[in-house]
Amino acid sequence: MDSFLQGFIKAFELIFHLDQTLFGIIVLSLKVSGSALVISTAIGLPAGALLGLKRFPGRDLAISSVNTLMGLPPVVVGLFVYLLLSRKGPLGFMGLLYSPTAMIVAQTILALPIVTALCHSAIVNVDPIIRQAARTLGATRRQETLTVIHEARYGIFSAVIAAFGRVMAEVGSILIVGGNIAGYTRVMTTTIALETDKGNFELALALGIILLTISFVINAALHGVQKRGSVKTS
Amino acid sequence: MKLLITHIRKDYDGKPVLKDCSYAFGGSGAYVLMGPNGCGKSTLLRICSLLERPDGGDLLFQDNDAPLVQDIALRRRMTLVLPRTGVFNTSVFSNVAYGLKVRDTRPAELEQKVLSALAFVGLDYKKRHNALTLSSGETQRLGIARALAIDPQILFLDEPTASVDEENTAIIETIIGNLKKDGRTMVIMTTHDRDQAARLADQLLVIERGALRETTR
Repeated sequence: MDSFLQGFIKAFELIFHLDQTLFGIIVLSLKVSGSALVISTAIGLPAGALLGLKRFPGRDLAISSVNTLMGLPPVVVGLFVYLLLSRKGPLGFMGLLYSPTAMIVAQTILALPIVTALCHSAIVNVDPIIRQAARTLGATRRQETLTVIHEARYGIFSAVIAAFGRVMAEVGSILIVGGNIAGYTRVMTTTIALETDKGNFELALALGIILLTISFVINAALHGVQKRGSVKTS
Repeated sequence: MKLLITHIRKDYDGKPVLKDCSYAFGGSGAYVLMGPNGCGKSTLLRICSLLERPDGGDLLFQDNDAPLVQDIALRRRMTLVLPRTGVFNTSVFSNVAYGLKVRDTRPAELEQKVLSALAFVGLDYKKRHNALTLSSGETQRLGIARALAIDPQILFLDEPTASVDEENTAIIETIIGNLKKDGRTMVIMTTHDRDQAARLADQLLVIERGALRETTR
């Protein structure tokens, strides 16, 4: 209980003094997870739309695969990316191991199935009458598709929120491919893991509180946008 | 614009719904299709509005006796109001603006047409409301406003009053009556309400055993 209290006090101290090292760690966390989120959304949304709107051979297998990949263990992803980027690996010549780029790659792999599967689910749940209504009103095929995606926008938003939660909280893969190098690849979750190992519970807890607060603020903002889409019954 | 259909046939799962439907829709007035549930009224409407293809027979759209190509341009000269409107999760205004937006209508013209369509169906005071909050009667009127905003030459209405209360039925019948007076739009609608058919129709039609014919009652 004492550790919790100390953790809170330490957290406020760190935030209040805006410690440069801590600031760097927070910025890198947001940069890595934010980049992974943008990339996974840029790929996952069209992929989810394709799975939701088109019929093609192997579609069911693709949907089952994406759903399965939602539960990818981060350490397995870390290992996979590590083998890919290590000096003897097929992409070793790029020299990306133990860099923020490697961490973005790992987190993108983790976020992509979530964005794809939940976007697919959001799009497939749009009432088929919407597409018909669009067509009767003179929409082209492309406009019909965009209308369906637009109707699914709040579900798509939820997909992005879920993926954000996954990557912000993730530690296993970025620890393996980033190496937790101070001032270069050290992010909030890896620092928490390190400080816990060192027995520095107050700092670990303080970082945990900051991580939760950042997640809360970002999620609250996203939820605010999402809420605008909820039906007003005035 | 005239619509001529000849020997239209449509099967569902091998079961014939429409066997041989032929008719010439003249270009104005209100045609009311009647017939028992499942007789193929809605199917015929969906085929005529180019939402579905027939399994046999021909549709011919004519403008001043010249045949028209069945492309997106032709599709945009008509519209079908479905029995279930298919409301977009946005404001009443944006719903009505949809057909104009997909046609790249200029903003000033769009606003004027949307407001005029909303006034026509008596929903202008709800333009800022989310369309999903409307009652079923209002939703049906929204569907009609959405159709009217694009100024169709043929307006297909599939059971426009099937799931609305008496008050909204009266309003919708008045809207159709006003459209008839206006004379710019040919209305082809289905109903199972004989009295309504008698009130609205310039020509009553009935589908019996998969064939379309004129009737007087």
